[in-house]
Amino acid sequence: MTDKVVIKAEGLTKQFGDFVATDHVTFEVHEGEIFGFLGANGAGKTTAMRMLCGLSQPSAGKASVAGFDVATQHEQVKRHIGYMSQKFALYDDLTVEENLTFFGGIYGMSPKKVKEKITDLLTELGFESERKTMVKSLPLGWKQKLAFSLAIFHDPRIVFLDEPTGGVDPVTRRQFWELIYQAADRGITVFVTTHYMDEAEYCDRVSIMVDGKIEALDSPANLKRQFNGNSMYDVFYALARTAKRGD
Amino acid sequence: MKALKYLLVKEYKQMFRNRLLPIIFILLPVAMMNMVPRVATQEVKNLNMAVIDCDHSTLSSRLTQKLSSSGFFNLYATCNNYKEAYDLLERGDIDFIITIEDNFEKNLYRTGGAQVMVTVNAVNGMKGGLGNSYLTQIVMQYAQELNIEAGLSVKRPVKVEPRYLFNPTIDYKPYMIPALIAMTLVLLVGFLPALNVVGEKERGTIEQINVTPVGRIEFILSKMIPYWSVGIFIVAFSMILAWKIHGVVPAGSIPLVFLFNVIYIFVISSLGLTISNYSENMRQAAIVMFFFIVIFILTSGLISPISSMPDWAKEVTRLNPLRYIITAMREIYLKGSTFSQLITQFVPLCLYGIIASTWAIISFQKNN
Repeated sequence: MTDKVVIKAEGLTKQFGDFVATDHVTFEVHEGEIFGFLGANGAGKTTAMRMLCGLSQPSAGKASVAGFDVATQHEQVKRHIGYMSQKFALYDDLTVEENLTFFGGIYGMSPKKVKEKITDLLTELGFESERKTMVKSLPLGWKQKLAFSLAIFHDPRIVFLDEPTGGVDPVTRRQFWELIYQAADRGITVFVTTHYMDEAEYCDRVSIMVDGKIEALDSPANLKRQFNGNSMYDVFYALARTAKRGD
Repeated sequence: MKALKYLLVKEYKQMFRNRLLPIIFILLPVAMMNMVPRVATQEVKNLNMAVIDCDHSTLSSRLTQKLSSSGFFNLYATCNNYKEAYDLLERGDIDFIITIEDNFEKNLYRTGGAQVMVTVNAVNGMKGGLGNSYLTQIVMQYAQELNIEAGLSVKRPVKVEPRYLFNPTIDYKPYMIPALIAMTLVLLVGFLPALNVVGEKERGTIEQINVTPVGRIEFILSKMIPYWSVGIFIVAFSMILAWKIHGVVPAGSIPLVFLFNVIYIFVISSLGLTISNYSENMRQAAIVMFFFIVIFILTSGLISPISSMPDWAKEVTRLNPLRYIITAMREIYLKGSTFSQLITQFVPLCLYGIIASTWAIISFQKNN
């Protein structure tokens, strides 16, 4: 982890009519950091993340990702990020290899490099036998691992993960976090939302959103001290129960 | 534009891996070309009639015979009175009641004139009208025949002898088939793109595309090009079917048929994609597309001629791309019109294409 700031949000706001989904959020994320982005359902996490990924225009405030403004230079932002959405979003009717080739190609990687990387990746994941398998017939845990590998396939500077381990068994979740650590070791900044408090402990720093605002932001150890809790669960509970909006 | 190659590979793979689509590409043209020209006929045939012959003479039964052997009328029943026949008409069994007056033969010989009363069921106006004019013609012919037999010096009435240009047998098929090709295209190349982008929205895969730096033009092109190739295949396949099944071939140039259809395919695939871009889910896209297709078909001149529409409706048809292609196709197929004669169809179609495709690209939002 370095001191270099790769994500910087200043008063970032998204309003839908009268509803302020994300309300003047300010934070910084450093290069190589694993940044946990926590909050109850409906707290505004996904909205904030979509703005940072250049999918959604901020209503007010500013944010830059990898040095580019998310409001005006969103297509440049997209060159430097990877994204894994809440919903599984690979092509069901393409094989593992075809999905990887497709996204690699879209990011402008050379066919030779794509080929090499696919072989490396599949060997690493122990996926070699599934190379020609249609993605729809993979089990969920494998799908999630594949989706993550795909999100970092083009070596982005930052990867955004929106509840990547939802519905996945504990063993697979563990393996998944190993992948995240490997990515962080390679210098990829990880920005992750989760509802699992044990996962929050794995993060370098954690922010907790309540009703569209960031109410706490620090390392898990400091947060526990600040809120007098034994675990991140206590911290989260102390904050989240003040929330007025639910699903 | 490097990404376009990868996008296209993906689209084609998905298209041919779909269990239904390749079958539809073959079956729909076969159904349209084989079945529709036979069933969607505007010729009026097999009209059922009941005859009330009050005369029972040689001449009156000859008239009945004459009518039923014409090919247009079936003698459904011979009734004894009007009430009996009227009941049949009310039940919908017959369309015409022919009442031959008492003393029909006697009056004919004596005065040279006799009366036949015709009652027409006009629920279906066109059927009634056409049937009535056939009937009048047959009765007139019969009258003339009788006059000649009787050796009467007939004042030869003026006879109109029509000469039908471009479709000498006034066959319905050569008129319908070129329009049906355009119809098949709108169903496949218009409808399927309308379900495409929105399908990716539903599956969530569009998010994964939207976070990549892929360009909007490339993305929309990758959605259109596969349908262009499908469309061109459908035109060729339908033309072959029309030729093999019905012997209908264009009187004009075949490249010209393709030129017009390529532009038309461009127009409707753009329209479909535009609708898809605005829709939230496939159901919505399908309903909106359905609405457009119904309006397009009804105002295209496919069924009822544009020239007989009210003035305001004629103006509305100018917004309809189907109108231009159907006119152009019929002109090429039947009259053998050349490009310069069809420029008035060509220019609006091109304009339409430019507007629709620009719209399709603009309405695709990677950031909102």
